[in-house]
Amino acid sequence: MALDDRKSEFTFVGTRPDRPDGLDKVTGRAKFGADMSAPGMLHGAILRSPHAHARIVKIDTSKAEAHKDVKAVVTRADFADVPFKPGLEGEFWNVLENVMAGEKALYDGHAVAAVAASSALAARDALKLIEVEYEVLPHVTDVDKAMAPDAPVIREGAADYSVPEGMHPNVVRYHESGHGDVEAGFAEADLIIEDSFVTEATHQGYIEPHACLGMLGNDGKGELWCTTQGHWIAQKTCAALLGIETSQLRVTASEIGGGFGGKTTVFIEPVALALSRKANRPVKIVMTRSEVFRATGPTASASMDVKIGMKKDGTISAAQGVFRLQGGAFPGAPGDMTAMCAFAPYNLTNVKQIGYDVMSNRPKQAAYRAPGAPMGAFAVESVIDELCKKLGLDPVDVRLKNAAHEGTKASYGPRYERIGLVETLEAAKAHPHYTAPLKPGQGRGISCGFWFNHGGETSVSLALSEDGSAQLMVGTPDIGGSRASMALMAAEVLGIPYENIRVTIADTATLGYNDVSHGSRVTYASGLATIKAAKHAVEKLCERAAAKWDIPVEAVKWENGCAVPSGPNAGDFDPMPLADITADMGRTGGPISGHFEATPEGAGVSFGTHIVDAEVDPETGKTSITRYTVIQDAGKAIHPTYVEGQFQGGAAQGIGWALNEEYIYGEDGRLQNSIFLDYRIPVASDLPMIDTVIVEVPNPGHPFGVRGVGETGIVPPLAAIANAVSNAAGVRMKQLPMSPPRILAALKDNNG
Amino acid sequence: MVEVHLWSGLRSLTGGQQVVEVEAKTTGELLRELVRAHPQLQGPIDAGVSIAIDGRVIASGLTETIPEGSEVYLMQRLRGG
Repeated sequence: MALDDRKSEFTFVGTRPDRPDGLDKVTGRAKFGADMSAPGMLHGAILRSPHAHARIVKIDTSKAEAHKDVKAVVTRADFADVPFKPGLEGEFWNVLENVMAGEKALYDGHAVAAVAASSALAARDALKLIEVEYEVLPHVTDVDKAMAPDAPVIREGAADYSVPEGMHPNVVRYHESGHGDVEAGFAEADLIIEDSFVTEATHQGYIEPHACLGMLGNDGKGELWCTTQGHWIAQKTCAALLGIETSQLRVTASEIGGGFGGKTTVFIEPVALALSRKANRPVKIVMTRSEVFRATGPTASASMDVKIGMKKDGTISAAQGVFRLQGGAFPGAPGDMTAMCAFAPYNLTNVKQIGYDVMSNRPKQAAYRAPGAPMGAFAVESVIDELCKKLGLDPVDVRLKNAAHEGTKASYGPRYERIGLVETLEAAKAHPHYTAPLKPGQGRGISCGFWFNHGGETSVSLALSEDGSAQLMVGTPDIGGSRASMALMAAEVLGIPYENIRVTIADTATLGYNDVSHGSRVTYASGLATIKAAKHAVEKLCERAAAKWDIPVEAVKWENGCAVPSGPNAGDFDPMPLADITADMGRTGGPISGHFEATPEGAGVSFGTHIVDAEVDPETGKTSITRYTVIQDAGKAIHPTYVEGQFQGGAAQGIGWALNEEYIYGEDGRLQNSIFLDYRIPVASDLPMIDTVIVEVPNPGHPFGVRGVGETGIVPPLAAIANAVSNAAGVRMKQLPMSPPRILAALKDNNG
Repeated sequence: MVEVHLWSGLRSLTGGQQVVEVEAKTTGELLRELVRAHPQLQGPIDAGVSIAIDGRVIASGLTETIPEGSEVYLMQRLRGG
């Protein structure tokens, strides 16, 4: 997309106005997924497999159906016959199989049937009346064991074209890339370190459980209210899974209580619609926290081998990595993304990376901020830290020496456009945190991180009101403050105050298709579309002013919220404010709106550098994060407070992932910690003040220079914290989370 | 002619070639011509690919122009959270 309208001086962009959803959220007025009701509404509940892997021999629903409070029961037979295809090509089939099991239950918590009843309690009770006969099968939940020759096969034929012959059928996708000659590179190295690393699956941990209200008639027309990061993908997927036309299902996104990638697909929504179609009543389903943990997507777990060769001066001469990720009983674990991102911060002559997507008997993984990238960074940046230590080199200097910059051939192939990694490293070196003294028992770690960012289908409309205010309709659910940043960008173009613009997340019947709020794309893509839609409206405002002044439209320009003559020859007219034009717009040509639809392709990659101080208690193994600084390139921070919030959120979630969070499976393949009491996410007392530095190296692909900031912030923390903890404990930590028992065990091993 | 750099995992589908040449002025033409020259590339292209033109990653667009002499890489389709 040609961008001939770049801007670098701003009036509204870069300021920190109050958030538009603040009052609604602090007063409880905001409507989340579970807050919607409808007349005649039923409550749905889902029966879930207690087995990690089992053939479903028979489901008898007759007793449940006979219960007076039960109005409908559904099983897989009540969904459309979606064709199976291998790999990610068959994603609709994969989602359907996850939403409601077919021939087999594939993990502990897999949905096998559902009921709709007159109350939530009656629905839950009725589940006990459904009789399921299972034939329990051998299971596997560990990624390395799932690849072993004797592992139980989860589904034959799930592998796509990419998997080399001879691999276990649980390996469903394979990625290999790189350039140069790694063997020659290792031969040039003064020191080579090769090591293996493991990370556990973690959940996105959004506060709001999945919830929806669905209505679907036998005429194929439906309405769905749900908490989601993307209501168009919910519309498209539900329509495919239920065999109805996409446009006949209107989906409205509720206010969302966190998503982080986990709400980019559907789980309960097609079930509510199937129950509603059968009962001919609206059906509401609200997941319990335990259901969220057992049956919605955690991130993939990983097992990784990394080998890096370095010269005495710190130059990396060769790097290679093998990244094995399990993503549950379905294709989709982002082993390819892990591989492509792992070495991306560095300017390497010789690099090779291999990624595996492996199935196991766990829930279908879902995206979690920069999916795949944090694990790879943990392995790679740990080895770099160890190399620096052994060669007596400063870790920031070594990263600066090897840092990718404009023109560097990325580890995943192409050359970088203008990027800001060097600037984040220079800011880290100059930051007082980097040179602050450490107390005994403390260690410092740093890490870089990379993420691609994304554009995606985007459609925006802006309508002006007679009083000169504006309403902006966007299609990307607000998961990170986008209503504020959209209003700021529209204000910048229109020249009217931020407060005069109301931004709404429009439903699927109101706008054209919008891709999900994922890939750090919203401020970039919806922002670009907002700017273009506002400019479209400005063109019309200028036309109306030109008509009033009776001069050619080319002789009118837009300045500070007013139409003005473009130069002395255009005529002598006082500036005409926006509100003066809209006041009689109905009588001067009709309502004034602006629209923009596109798939912008200039998201611009993003880098960050984190500095962490950690203190390890050698008696208990408990780690405290004592200081944390996030430095990241935002391109241009539209609303800096929200950008800082994204940076801090990435660090907070990274602290949880690094230190405590993990899916724990028993020998029976069942999840043992499916509530927040047992699955420990960070609480306020676990977190230090997280300092932030916003670096601004403008993205050439956005009119205001924006780069997405939502995901990169979770890439460095695992590695930066592991480096800090390893330096504090005096032993290299190679497995996440670094929970107290693991740290104590490592200390014990180290001390012999 | 456009030189298209593939990721090394695709070499098994192109007779060992990691750089292939096709005649194409747009990203859509490029994908079509790649499949015509190397039918086995249909699988990865159907599974989803992105195209980098002089470092700019085109996630999915088929209508982007490929300027003469530009550096072109085929990449796996990116997925975000």
